[in-house]
Amino acid sequence: MMVSDYLAVVVLILGAIFFLAGTLGLLRFPDVYTRLHALTKADNVGLGLIVIGLGITSESLVVAGKLLLIWLLVLLAGASVSYLIARAALHKGIRLWKR
Amino acid sequence: MQTLYISLALFLLLNLCAGMWRVLRGPSPADRMLAAQLFGTTAVAVLLLLAQGSAAALRDVALLFALLAAVTAVAFVKRAWPETDVEHDGE
Repeated sequence: MMVSDYLAVVVLILGAIFFLAGTLGLLRFPDVYTRLHALTKADNVGLGLIVIGLGITSESLVVAGKLLLIWLLVLLAGASVSYLIARAALHKGIRLWKR
Repeated sequence: MQTLYISLALFLLLNLCAGMWRVLRGPSPADRMLAAQLFGTTAVAVLLLLAQGSAAALRDVALLFALLAAVTAVAFVKRAWPETDVEHDGE
């Protein structure tokens, strides 16, 4: 194993931890808006770290570029989707969580 | 490396199973939809991990999943859960 492989292992495991955090947040947080916050962590950072980890060890630049493009698509989609869902929830009259 | 990819994919799959609880429970339709969004992203990650080792075609499947997840959410907001002018919370 080369140095880049070890780096990839660390980054991949970090990404999986972010996915775990996102799932836990989705299960534990009290209302739609806070769950949205947890979801975007898994979407953006979790997938981003996994893409970076896979990109480091990928066989060619083409594959790495494709991985990056998939991540960018998920980023764009995630941003617009969270905006739409949060706005719809607010207009529906779902109250913000207060302690 | 292959072992790591497979075990990480398995771990993400278990995450997905845990997220199922929110789909069953989730008070509002939006909560269920958020869980479905998380499933979409997790599925993309799983497919990318599996594609790295053997089947490179799975990368295209992951791309399709990312696209479909976005379309699903937009369709949900526009069609299945449309904004009616019921009560407008000005908070």
